[in-house]
Amino acid sequence: MIPGPFTYHRPTSVADAIKLLGELGDEARPLAGGHSLIPMMKLRLATPDHLVDLHGIGELRGMRRDGDTVVIGAMTTQYDLLASDTIAAALPILHETALLIADPQVRYCGTLGGNVANGDPGNDMPALMMTLGAVYRLRGPGGEREVAAADFYQGAYFTALEPGEILTAVAVPAQPAGHGYAYEKLKRKIGDYATAAAAVVLTMRGGTVATCSIGLTNLSETPLLAEEAAGAVIGTSLDDAALKKAAEAARAIMQPAGDGRGPVEYRKHVGGIMVERALRRAAAKAA
Amino acid sequence: MAPQAKKTQVSMKVNGVDVDGLVEPRTLLVHFIRENLQLTGTHIGCETTHCGACTVDIDGMSVKSCTMFAVQADGSEILTVEGMANADGTLSALQEGFRQMHGLQCGFCTPGMIVRAHRLLRENPTPTEEEIRFGISGNLCRCTGYQNIVRAIQYAAAKINGTEFKEAAE
Ligand SMILES: Cc1cc2nc3c(=O)[nH]c(=O)nc-3n(C[C@H](O)[C@H](O)[C@H](O)COP(=O)(O)OP(=O)(O)OC[C@H]3O[C@@H](n4cnc5c(N)ncnc54)[C@H](O)[C@@H]3O)c2cc1C
Ligand code: FES
Ligand code: FES
Repeated sequence: MIPGPFTYHRPTSVADAIKLLGELGDEARPLAGGHSLIPMMKLRLATPDHLVDLHGIGELRGMRRDGDTVVIGAMTTQYDLLASDTIAAALPILHETALLIADPQVRYCGTLGGNVANGDPGNDMPALMMTLGAVYRLRGPGGEREVAAADFYQGAYFTALEPGEILTAVAVPAQPAGHGYAYEKLKRKIGDYATAAAAVVLTMRGGTVATCSIGLTNLSETPLLAEEAAGAVIGTSLDDAALKKAAEAARAIMQPAGDGRGPVEYRKHVGGIMVERALRRAAAKAA
Repeated sequence: MAPQAKKTQVSMKVNGVDVDGLVEPRTLLVHFIRENLQLTGTHIGCETTHCGACTVDIDGMSVKSCTMFAVQADGSEILTVEGMANADGTLSALQEGFRQMHGLQCGFCTPGMIVRAHRLLRENPTPTEEEIRFGISGNLCRCTGYQNIVRAIQYAAAKINGTEFKEAAE
């Protein structure tokens, strides 16, 4: 379990990191918390010749509220998210989700940027970012651009990130006061990726659902936005019929792999149940 | 394949002592600690980031040292199980707790458990049983069934806080 040899670089600014990645070309990879990349390197599923460690770049860390948006630096760890009052107040679902990721040790190292840039369908933050309408800020040799989380994922480990680009921050719209939220994740044990998981953010008005957004984790090659399922509950009081309709609409877009976490039919079945549970719990929290 | 990567100089403070060494960038921190520094209390269980036997404390964080390169830890302050005793060499409250409460059997997981519990109690000096179990959920033990490890940490918390250690009713 020894990774292949590589050369290590530790730039101190985003500009230097981009310059390095540009010069070193395809065989260079950014290194964030390393808790997805190093395990892959030990298995020699990844053999980069160069690692560009983003750890020395202070501007990539930290969170701030910017009007209606919370801007979270790419190198902010899951532990930092859990410790942040800004997140607790504006985006409590990030707390809930971060606590369901991996274990305490991994959360000290694993970063939000690494989690969303990785492109592993098992990562929990991507579906949540799609649900929240987040936007990724990318910077590369050609300058800066923004890509919506909903447009970022193209296939397993395939994203809109171009070679030489790094993700600098995630901009998440602060959710309205009184919104309901829930992240429901079925896993075999602590530290396991989801067998199936669903994120729900909604608002209620006069006992019925006014707005709703639903995301799905590890139920396809990419995270999914379950738009029809969300549409099926808007205007309802989330009675059993509406919940069932939402679960069915969500199941219709799921294409999970059959693996150690269960056969395809099972994962779709529990995927629908995660949607129902998340909807119910989110509604109960909404004011 | 890249040519053999050049060795890099790293320096860090380990258990209060300044150390340095020449490592290949791909050297994992746990190998640097065990082989270069000869501190073999930090164990390698799974090598796949699951068991927590290799946990060390780096700049106030519990980290699985099999999943960090030594070069990433350059300039940091590290505590391993060898640095857990009191300054006068007597057992720390946690070590005493593991001894008194029979918090180990084969002892393989113990260094990681103690180093992790050390950080847990720094962050939350009065954890509930549930918080202890969640707090050590990145550390696996194949022997004890965790019951006595939880008691050991409760014992240590009580000792550190100067409160009475109460055994939970069975
Ligand atoms: C035992 C274990 C259990 C886990 N369980 C879960 C889980 O339940 N849910 C979950 O979501 N995750 C889980 N993880 C993964 C963990 O959350 C990772 O830390 C995370 O996926 C990646 O973040 P990182 O900072 O470690 O990134 P790294 O491993 O450093 O990088 C991952 C990838 O993203 C690229 N990258 C990183 N940062 C950037 C950036 N700023 N710009 C461009 N590219 C970048 C890297 O080049 C690499 O390809 C688990 C990991 C372990 C070891
Ligand atoms: S040896 Fe590092 S987690 Fe098991
Ligand atoms: S005492 Fe044997 S693994 Fe924990």
